Amino acid sequence: MFGIISHKLAASTAGGSPGQPILRAAVLAMMSNYSTATKQIMVREALNSALDEEMAADPTVFLMGEEVGEYEGAYKVSKGLLRKYGPQRVVDTPITEAGFTGIGVGASCHGLRPIVEFMTFNFAMQAIDHIINSAAKTNYMSAGNINVPIVFRGPNGAAAGVGAQHSQCYAAWYSSCPGLKVLAPYSSEDARGLLKTAIRDPDPVVFLENELLYGESFPVSDEVLDSSFCLPIGKAKIEKEGKDVTITAFSRMVGYALKAAEILEKEDLEAEVINLRSIRPLDRSLINNSVRKTNRLVTVEEGFPQHGVGAEICASVVEENFNFLDAPVERISGADVPMPYAANLERLALPQVEDVVRAARRACYRSVPTA
Amino acid sequence: MAATAFSASKFTQSFSLNSTRSVDRPPLFPASHPLKTTPSSFLGSTRKLSLSSPSSSTSRHRRRPCRSPAVVAVSEVVKEKKSKSNVSLSNPLITKEEGLELYEDMVLGRSFEDMCAQMYYRGKMFGFVHLYNGQEAVSTGFIKFLKQEDCVVSTYRDHVHALSKGVPARAVMSELFGKTTGCCRGQGGSMHMFSKEHNLLGGFAFIGEGIPVATGAAFTSKYRREVLKEADCDHVTLAFFGDGTCNNGQFFECLNMAALWKLPIVFVVENNLWAIGMSHLRATSDPQIWKKGPAFGMPGVHVDGMDVLKVREVAKEAIGRARRGEGPTLVECETYRFRGHSLADPDELRDPAEKARYASRDPISALKKYMFENNLASEAELKAIDKKIDELVEDAVEFADESPLPARSQLLENVFADPRGFGIGPDGRYRCEDPKFTEGTAQV
Repeated sequence: MFGIISHKLAASTAGGSPGQPILRAAVLAMMSNYSTATKQIMVREALNSALDEEMAADPTVFLMGEEVGEYEGAYKVSKGLLRKYGPQRVVDTPITEAGFTGIGVGASCHGLRPIVEFMTFNFAMQAIDHIINSAAKTNYMSAGNINVPIVFRGPNGAAAGVGAQHSQCYAAWYSSCPGLKVLAPYSSEDARGLLKTAIRDPDPVVFLENELLYGESFPVSDEVLDSSFCLPIGKAKIEKEGKDVTITAFSRMVGYALKAAEILEKEDLEAEVINLRSIRPLDRSLINNSVRKTNRLVTVEEGFPQHGVGAEICASVVEENFNFLDAPVERISGADVPMPYAANLERLALPQVEDVVRAARRACYRSVPTA
Repeated sequence: MAATAFSASKFTQSFSLNSTRSVDRPPLFPASHPLKTTPSSFLGSTRKLSLSSPSSSTSRHRRRPCRSPAVVAVSEVVKEKKSKSNVSLSNPLITKEEGLELYEDMVLGRSFEDMCAQMYYRGKMFGFVHLYNGQEAVSTGFIKFLKQEDCVVSTYRDHVHALSKGVPARAVMSELFGKTTGCCRGQGGSMHMFSKEHNLLGGFAFIGEGIPVATGAAFTSKYRREVLKEADCDHVTLAFFGDGTCNNGQFFECLNMAALWKLPIVFVVENNLWAIGMSHLRATSDPQIWKKGPAFGMPGVHVDGMDVLKVREVAKEAIGRARRGEGPTLVECETYRFRGHSLADPDELRDPAEKARYASRDPISALKKYMFENNLASEAELKAIDKKIDELVEDAVEFADESPLPARSQLLENVFADPRGFGIGPDGRYRCEDPKFTEGTAQV
C-alpha cells in the first residue's frame, strides 16, 4: 500500500526532484494516517523498488544485462520490470560483456541513462576497458563536452563456495581510478538511497552490491520508502557510536563489524562502527574525525590486502592525524590468496567476526600485537 | 553459456523473411569508370565488387573456395553492364558543387596531415600522432553524407574524421598542440577528439574500443525513435576502424548485437593492409573482411577505398539502409596509408613497390582527373581551392601557436560532470562540501 501512495506522489511531482524528502515523508504520513513505524524490506526489494521508481520517473533510464528481462534477473533484482517497461527498456543482452558495456557507454554519451548489470563484477573484468577507458575518462578527455551518466551494478565480493573466479572484491580496483564514483551499500536504506542517487548522477557510478546481502532484511523508515529518497555520494554513516576504537567497513563487512562491536561491548570496549557507503570519494573527514575521537582504527574489508581500501584509509589517517593515533592501524582483509573452494578454507580466507574482535583488542592494547 | 546451434537452412530462412531488397539489386557501381586503374594484387581488389546479401549466404554454408559463385555472378553482371553502356563520360556521378566539396574536403585532410607532420618534427606536437594521408576518400566519401546529428566514432587516426565532420581546423590544431583552445581544451590530444556539437564521439586509443560505443550511439537513436517516440529520429552512426580491429572480440560482439537489434549503424573498415609492421595477411585467417558481415546477418560490401566516388555510392546505400531502419552494414574499404603507422614509425617493412602502386592511385589526383575529364571544374578553380585550404591550415597553425597553454587549475577540472563529484546531499542539492575532492595529495 505504501508503494502505491509513493507512486502516486511520484507521478504528481513529475519525476520526483531530489528535494525535501522530509517534507514529503511528512505529507505521506499525513495522507496515509499511518504511524511512522518501521517496515522490514530485503535489500533485493529495495534495489528493485529503486530501479522501478527511477525507470518510471525518467524514460531515458533503461536496464541492460544478462538475464535481466525474462529471467527477472540472475538474482531476481529486476523482477517485474520487463512486464512493466517492455523489452526495449529492460534489455536482455547476449553474453558479451565488452560489447554491451561499450554499447551502454555509447548510449550514455549520446543522451540516455543506462544501467548496466553485470552478473557479478568478476565478469565485468571482460568489460573493464570500457568502464575505465571509455566511461571514466571520457568527461576528462573531452574537457566536459561529453559526460557519461551510466551506472554499472552487480554483486561484488565472495558468495558461498563459488570458487576463485567468482569471488573477488573489486572495490579497491575501481576506487583507484579518477572519473568513477564507487558505492557499496550495506542495508536496504543504503541500497535504495545510493542506487537512486547513482541513477540520477551525471557521471559513471560503479555500484557494488553483495549477493549474500540480497536476501537480508533491514528495517526502513517511511522516509526511505519515499520515491525521492536519495543518499549523498561521498558521505559515510556512523552505524554505531563509540569512544574506544573506530571500525570502518563496507558492504557485508558492516554486519560483521556490528556483531564484533556487540561482543566488544561486553568487554567494556565501545567501538564506533562506520559504514563507508562510498568508497570513491572516500569520506575522509568523517573517518578522521572519528579517529580523533577514539584514537584507534581497525579497517575491515573482504578484498585482497595489498593496495586495498584499508590501505588507503590507513594512509589518509596517518597523513592527517598521526599524532592522534595511539596504536598502529589494524587492517582486516581477505587472505592474500585466490578464494579456495573448500568450505573451511573459504571461512579462513575471509574475515570473520572473531578476526575483527581480535583486531580491535589488539588496537586497544588488550592483547599482544601479532608479529 | 552454451550456444544454441541452428541449422544453416533455418538461418537463411529466417533472414530471407527480413532480407532487404538487396537481393534483386544490381551491383552498385557503373561498369566503366575512368578511374579504374591497374588492379592491385590485393585479394579483394577492384575487380571483385561484391554485395553479399544474407539470402545469398547459403553459398557460404557449403564449403567453397574464396572466389565463390556468388561473387563470380556479380562480376559477370558487371561485365555485361560494361559492354552495354559507355555512359560515364556523358553522365558524371556527381554535380560540380558536390565535386568541389569533395575535393576541398580531401585536400583539407591532406594538407592538415602534412602540416601535422611538419609541426611534429618541429616539436610543436608530441606524443602519438597517426596520420591519415592516402585514406581521405573513405572519410570524405562517407562523412559528407551525414547530417550534423549523425554520429561518427573513430580510432586514434581521427584528425581527418573530425575535420570532415565539421570540427574547425583551428580547434583540431590547437588540440594537437595541447592548447586550451583545442576542441577538448588540450586534455584529449591527437587520439581523443571529441565534439558534442558535431557529434564526434571520439577518438579511442584502443582498437575496437570505439565500435561498441558507436553501437551504443546507434542504440540511442533507435531507442529515441521507438521508446521516447521521437518519430523523426533517424540518426545514423558511423564506426570507423581498421583491418586489425576485425580480429578483435569486441568487433564481433557488436556485429552480432547490431544485426540482432537492427541498429542504424554502418561499420566502415579502413583496410589499409597494415597494422604497424604486421601485414593484414599475416594476422588474419580469412583476409576478406567483408565476408564477416553475412556471417552475422548483415550485408558485407567491399569497395575500392582509393576512389571517393565509389566510396560515395556504397556510403549512400549503406547510410540509406540504416536510416530506413533496415539495419547495419559492414563496408570494407580497401585503402592505404602513405605514411607510417604513426610519426614515430620508420615504416621500413612495407615494400616500396607497393607504396608506389598505391601512390599512383592517390584519391585526390584521381578525383582531379575525373573532374577535368568530365568538365566539372577547371584547373584554376581547383588551384583556388588548394590555395584556400593552404591558408586555412596556416591560419590554424598560427592560431594554435598563439593560443595559451591550459592554466594550472585546469588539471583538476572536468573529472566529473557533477562539479565537485559529491552527488546529492540530504538537502536535495549537489554537495560541494569538500573542495579538495579531486586533489588527492597533489598540490596545484
